[in-house]
Amino acid sequence: MTQDQGLEKGRSVFLEEAAELLSDLEDSLLELEESPDDKELVGSVFRAMHTIKGSGAMFGFDDVSSFTHEVETIFDKVREGVIPVSRDLIDLTLSARDQIRAMLEESQGGEPADADMACDIVERLRALLPGEQASCVQEASGDMSGDSGSVESGNMESEEVTYRIRFRPARNIFSTGSQPVLLLDELRELGPCQIIAQTQDIPALDEIDPELCYIYWDIVLTTDKGLNAIKDVFIFVEDDSEILIEAVDNPAEAGREDSGHKKIGEILTERGDVCPDDVEKALGKQKRIGEILVEEKAVSPGQVKSALAEQEHVKKICEKRRSRHAVSSIRVASPKLDQLVNLVGELVTVQARLSQMAVTRNDSQLTLIAEEVERLTSELRDNTMSIRMLPIGTTFCKFRRLVRDLSQSLNKDIVMTTEGAETELDKTVIEKLNDPLVHLIRNAIDHGIESPDVREAAGKPRQGTVHLSAQHSGASVYIRISDDGAGIDPDVIRAKAVEKGLISSDTMLTDKDAFGILFAPGFSTAKKVTDVSGRGVGMDVVRTNIESLRGTIDIESELGKGTTVTLKLPLTLAIIEGLLARIGEERYVLPLSSVEECIELTREDASSDHGRRLVNVRGEIVPYISVREQFAVPGEPPPIEQIVITEVDGHRIGVVVDEVIGEHQTVIKSMGRLYKDLKEISGATILGDGTVALIIDLANLAHSAAAQEMRIN
Amino acid sequence: MDTSARFETTQYLTFSLDDEIFAVEIAKVREVLDLIQITRVPRMPEFMRGVINLRGAVVPITDMRLKFGMPMAKDTVHTCIIVLETEIDGDPVIIGALADSVREVLELKAEDIEPPPRMGTHLKTEFIKGMGKQNDSFIIILDIDRIFSTEDMTFFQSVNEPSEDEAEADLAA
Repeated sequence: MTQDQGLEKGRSVFLEEAAELLSDLEDSLLELEESPDDKELVGSVFRAMHTIKGSGAMFGFDDVSSFTHEVETIFDKVREGVIPVSRDLIDLTLSARDQIRAMLEESQGGEPADADMACDIVERLRALLPGEQASCVQEASGDMSGDSGSVESGNMESEEVTYRIRFRPARNIFSTGSQPVLLLDELRELGPCQIIAQTQDIPALDEIDPELCYIYWDIVLTTDKGLNAIKDVFIFVEDDSEILIEAVDNPAEAGREDSGHKKIGEILTERGDVCPDDVEKALGKQKRIGEILVEEKAVSPGQVKSALAEQEHVKKICEKRRSRHAVSSIRVASPKLDQLVNLVGELVTVQARLSQMAVTRNDSQLTLIAEEVERLTSELRDNTMSIRMLPIGTTFCKFRRLVRDLSQSLNKDIVMTTEGAETELDKTVIEKLNDPLVHLIRNAIDHGIESPDVREAAGKPRQGTVHLSAQHSGASVYIRISDDGAGIDPDVIRAKAVEKGLISSDTMLTDKDAFGILFAPGFSTAKKVTDVSGRGVGMDVVRTNIESLRGTIDIESELGKGTTVTLKLPLTLAIIEGLLARIGEERYVLPLSSVEECIELTREDASSDHGRRLVNVRGEIVPYISVREQFAVPGEPPPIEQIVITEVDGHRIGVVVDEVIGEHQTVIKSMGRLYKDLKEISGATILGDGTVALIIDLANLAHSAAAQEMRIN
Repeated sequence: MDTSARFETTQYLTFSLDDEIFAVEIAKVREVLDLIQITRVPRMPEFMRGVINLRGAVVPITDMRLKFGMPMAKDTVHTCIIVLETEIDGDPVIIGALADSVREVLELKAEDIEPPPRMGTHLKTEFIKGMGKQNDSFIIILDIDRIFSTEDMTFFQSVNEPSEDEAEADLAA
């Protein structure tokens, strides 16, 4: 019974692991397609297949295992260089990957995988093997026992060791026909390598015999190939030359002495270039040790340089190893994370109450504690938020497959480029962003980019480009999807909108307004409906999704040049910095990230405007909105009001309030579905005194105020 | 929807509005709160009084007087918030209802409840589940789920044009 449970648990871990491996596999394959000579990528494909095969067999997924075995065999040959990396191979391996996924899903109660498909893939893969007959025989697990060898070889190459090599060739090395530079090149191929030439033995020019080699080299090399591989390099010169090879940074030893990297004095001492006393003496002075040693003539500048290079190299390798450790992470179920964020939200609210209490009590000790709690809370909040932040690159990677498959099925030649993949966004935002992005990319590929022939006729390169970029700006992230395709013709949109009865034929529309119509429900300009897009349910859903994330969407397009869709999204959905303001008896929060400054608006200023809502901010005319009027707040405005100058969608807009209270850590609470049509309020937050304040959505407030003004005029 | 199914709950919480007594199924009532400060939400109809902080959650409050077309009353020490659990389009929603005062928890037998009258109250009949009888006085048993149904609450359009026709159709069916 317990064994069964253990197996069941193992299976679920395997499934999870396999899902991850498959997604890595996809990335590796797509990268491999771009750089077919990358041995490391071939290796990682092989290893992924190997792991799936091995663990699959262990947990009883025999069909998955034997199928994967076939693919692995091919990639073993690719690794050996017998089979070249070709588009066919990538295609087949990608479909093999999909097949494995289907098989795994089947085992979890999903749709049955297509067995004929599996046969077909195996057959075509085998056809790639030189001199082997294609036949579809599902091999049993008997084959599995035979490959423990490859497991070992996998382990052998994993350990990286750094070596220090001193290569002092015989003076007459050139006369034997050896070329030291070639040897050094060979070393470089073994791994990351630093080579420093020691030139101090070179005599003055008139004494030089050009047929002799006066130089020797210090080399620091990090490799996983082992000592013998290095010795092999020097095999033909080792009799005459002085060759010293020592391991300097062995990770197996690193556990024992965790000193990071060695001091330069230690290195020089170890090399025998200087005696420990000299180092001690030098250390007594306040100069850099290397300089001192050179001054003392204990070592030559070249030797120091070489030691420095070694230090640098070992440091780098150590850092790399450490960062690899740092990347190692733990898996946490996302509900736990959500729970944590909720708790931090509660804590922030309670902290606000505490701070308020401290202020009203006027108790210095309580104030001290309150301040401490405030500091800790805000640190805790930032940390918790950062846990939820993920680089958007993970999403971008997924789209590469989409672009590849779609462009193939549409017979278009399209490459996807990305930028800012490291930009971090809240987990929830990234998850909800997936569907809209898929849609926008599909649109770009299907409607945007023309077929290669059309492109050529238009004087553009045959290959189209879809560019995805992400970029931080204040508390927002901009995501742009651009293509260099045909662009959108505003006149076509106008005509179509009239035809669909969305606007009347005499409505004047700017190009920007016309692009806005694209988001109207049921609007699609595609002449024919394809599998990919054109059903007209798309863009309004995209907009709804983006708006549900408190984001905005914007289209720019130039006919014949291409289209850019810009999404503006908030960094996080849970906690923001807010500016608390009072209007009458009511309090509202403005997102601090949009606030630029606060200025006063006196009654005289307001009246001298003759009803025009404009204020002069250091020479710039800024329109303003009275929240009191917009929200029908009861009561009379005070003689001096405050204008909070904000930046909304690239425009400066003043928001008039009675009084600015101050900054407020705003934990955003949803208002619930009853208020979902109230666009001017994006949510609510709980203040220190336990009451609720509403958070103003500045962009929507500006829109509705503008729309109101239009109606009046 | 046979009668026995409609009245399987026999405990009701009664409360007063103006001089009438209303009741809601106790199963729908989460708790009763003293009146606390309500934050007004702009651009909402008058009967949506605003939102309160209920232990960290933002809960909307409706003024039952205004909802039922009664005159507005000043808040008193007896004024309270009945926190109700209801469903809107299948999603559970917590809503607070403002009442003049809460009276008691009452057990009513099915035979003490009569079907809603077609006329004679100033309430829309679709809001009424039945009329309970207690000591010769009538208690109006409310159909909470209907009162807070979507077309009445996300109302921008429906405020001006009450959905009478639909209600009639519903009753006929």
